[in-house]
Amino acid sequence: MAKLAGPLDIYPLLPGTNCQECGEANCMAFATKLAEYTIKVDLCYPLFREDKYAKKLADLQELIRPPVREITIGRGEKAAAIGGKLVLYRHDLRYSNPTSIFLDVADNLSPDEFKKRVKEIEDWTYVYIGQDLRLDGIALRGVSKDPATFSKAAKLLEETTDWPIILCSLDPAMLSAAANATADKRPLLYAATPDSWETVGELALKHNLPVVAYAPGSLDNLATLVSTLRAMGIEDIVMDPGSVFQAGMGTTVDNFTQLRRAATVDDNELFGYPLLAAPITVWAGHREGEAPELTKWNEVLAGSAMIIRYSDIIVTHSIDMWTNLPQTFLRSNLYTDPVKPVAVEAGLMKFGSAGPDSPVMYTTNFALTYFTVESDIKQGNVDAWLVVVDTEGMSVQSAVAGRKLTAEKIAESMEEYGVAEKVNHKILISPGMAARISGETEETTGWTVKVGPQDSSGIPKYLQEAKWREE
Amino acid sequence: MTEQDEGRSNPLDELLGEFVELELENVTIEVDELKVALRPMVRQLAQAAARAALPSRPTSLIPTKFQAKLPQYTGTIHEITIGATKGEGGSRSNSITIGGHTAPAWDLFQAPPKNRPIIAADVFDMPISLASVVKAHYKEVMHDPAEWAKLCVDKFGADVITVHLISTDRQIKDTSPNEAAKTVEEVLQAVRVPILVGSAGDPEKDGPVLAKAAEVAEGERTLLCSATVDVYEPVAEAAKRHDQVVLSWTSLDINQQKELNRRLIEWLKPEQIVIDPTTAALGYGLEYAFTMMQRMRLAGLLGDSELQYPISSGTTNAWAAREAWLKNPELGPRELRGPIWESVTALALLLAGNDLFMMMHPAAIKTLHDLIDWLMERRDVKPEDYADWTTVTIPEGA
Repeated sequence: MAKLAGPLDIYPLLPGTNCQECGEANCMAFATKLAEYTIKVDLCYPLFREDKYAKKLADLQELIRPPVREITIGRGEKAAAIGGKLVLYRHDLRYSNPTSIFLDVADNLSPDEFKKRVKEIEDWTYVYIGQDLRLDGIALRGVSKDPATFSKAAKLLEETTDWPIILCSLDPAMLSAAANATADKRPLLYAATPDSWETVGELALKHNLPVVAYAPGSLDNLATLVSTLRAMGIEDIVMDPGSVFQAGMGTTVDNFTQLRRAATVDDNELFGYPLLAAPITVWAGHREGEAPELTKWNEVLAGSAMIIRYSDIIVTHSIDMWTNLPQTFLRSNLYTDPVKPVAVEAGLMKFGSAGPDSPVMYTTNFALTYFTVESDIKQGNVDAWLVVVDTEGMSVQSAVAGRKLTAEKIAESMEEYGVAEKVNHKILISPGMAARISGETEETTGWTVKVGPQDSSGIPKYLQEAKWREE
Repeated sequence: MTEQDEGRSNPLDELLGEFVELELENVTIEVDELKVALRPMVRQLAQAAARAALPSRPTSLIPTKFQAKLPQYTGTIHEITIGATKGEGGSRSNSITIGGHTAPAWDLFQAPPKNRPIIAADVFDMPISLASVVKAHYKEVMHDPAEWAKLCVDKFGADVITVHLISTDRQIKDTSPNEAAKTVEEVLQAVRVPILVGSAGDPEKDGPVLAKAAEVAEGERTLLCSATVDVYEPVAEAAKRHDQVVLSWTSLDINQQKELNRRLIEWLKPEQIVIDPTTAALGYGLEYAFTMMQRMRLAGLLGDSELQYPISSGTTNAWAAREAWLKNPELGPRELRGPIWESVTALALLLAGNDLFMMMHPAAIKTLHDLIDWLMERRDVKPEDYADWTTVTIPEGA
């Protein structure tokens, strides 16, 4: 892998005054965090403030420039930062800037349908581990093939949303019309091709917009196009070697992998740009009268494969929960920092106004498990105690199998958190997934163990029925 | 056509039940030979040309080659064969080999997978609780493991069958090892593909149950699932005596995996081990399994002999995610949501380097077979054969 700069490479380029303005104890501590990409260089205020550091700053920015350039689409709070990738494998450090998911809007929709679609995209959300999963942007497609229609739709989009926009047309005349209407929003231009590079390149320069280099067929074609755009003086480039799925998925995955490997492992600057994939292309194979679910199914597979294989942006059409939950979950999983344990603090949690008569349940300290159980208990609006056992951040099922959740562990936790002093009974409700160890748990803790539901969504009903109290 | 080929010809729509009606046909793509030129001089010249051209804008495209350095890997993943034909001392219609890789998963530019990943359909020795959209496909056969196995092979195209002897658990039915071994024999009679034998996860019973199964399946080269850090000696012993293969199963801990493999190798040859770092569902820790698999494959390729084994996944664990099965109209039809959940879980691990998938929903099995076909080769697609998605018409309401 390309060698990322270490603290000792970075340190000489800092002021070395240990002024602590950045909030770190000294310049070496700041250098260490910079090397891990866990702090922004902007926090070294003197470096930016004082002219004498100009050379150091320039050298430092060059030194810590990620192998994949970071590019911003849109403006303001909703702007999407894409790329900025540091490594090929997430275990090498972490993946930064989760894949941006752009949904398409066709330019030939009626204004009402148009606004409705935009709103649907903006409103799509799901709560997952205490965060709102969302989509990221809107890809306006020039289905009309008419520059006036496209430009009008771009204008309407600009007025309707503050989300980042990709203007999508292979016709430079259409792009030009729409770019004039929306340049202030800093849209991404899709695309400059081996045929249109000159016109579209000029357009990008004129409005200072990021542009996609789209050259399918071979990586040589793409290398040629990127070289040429760079020679024009364009810096904000996104690369698209072409999207073909189903029988062509091997080609697409291979192209994306080679490009990302060239940037991160070979440190080849020519390919150090974000990548765009278009799962939406599966709709080109959709036949009239066919069930759309089959095409959506393929779109999910294409999108998932490309989230895994290095896409910084995907353009997609489906907006169903069943199509987008798996993709947004997958993205969330892969972009988790692999060194951060996904665990919450172990301990005894009190829900509602739990008292001596309230039920006692237990679970593990895997963040996902805990937040899911927590949300289910809260939804049921019940008073309850929850013992959170330290399983080193493992789920119930994995922890039972891996012997991280044992009768001894449970007994120790209950002892440590003084559970017996909180209630006037000795009944412990176990997760359904831990039924296997309920016998041992009874022996070790001396409490009666009742096996609760297999999934915590069953907790409210289980507690309402009050079966746990029955002998 | 073999029996599983027939099973594999099922269109996806049938497997999704009543939900969809028509079949997608394959896209045909013309195949040309791949040419990736590796000529650094040309590129350097082009870059120099590009720099020189900066002050005045280029007037034509600047021809540039994509050039990349191929990494060197010194290690090879062992090839493991499961099942044995008559000629090989067993009674299967075919044996099946996994592993043998010399490059990271699906780095086709370096080397395609030596052997295709395969799918084992899960069969249980008693009716168990299943998500209703999975159960819908199996409810007729749940009382009969032999019929269940036949259905998976004939209709759903499973490459191999795993028979899980879960009734042997002392807290379930406490079925004796001898009784459980009869089920193994019945399944061996019912289907001719290789089979895998799964234990219940009961530390007292797993050893004797797998040992008896290994004995009755002598010559068939089954995969015994599993040896764990708690129960490995009797399993390794039985595999050695009856020439079976062992699944070395650990819990998301690469050092523990190495340790267990080190112990197993005291009994077994490297050709007798498959590893399983535990699969967590999409949304519920999938990234741990994903990264573990990537790291193990890479470590093996870079020469770590304790990790040079093909990898297995209990992909059915995908159904532990409530989003896969919850009946909730806001989340869309679970007839689709469930199998796509299992499919995406499988796809992620496929790209991470998994070789053996234990799965359940027929649509997910079919989908993973398709994905493997699609990923197996790099086809050169001509520029004009890439669809212009910017103008494609998408049906209203889709």
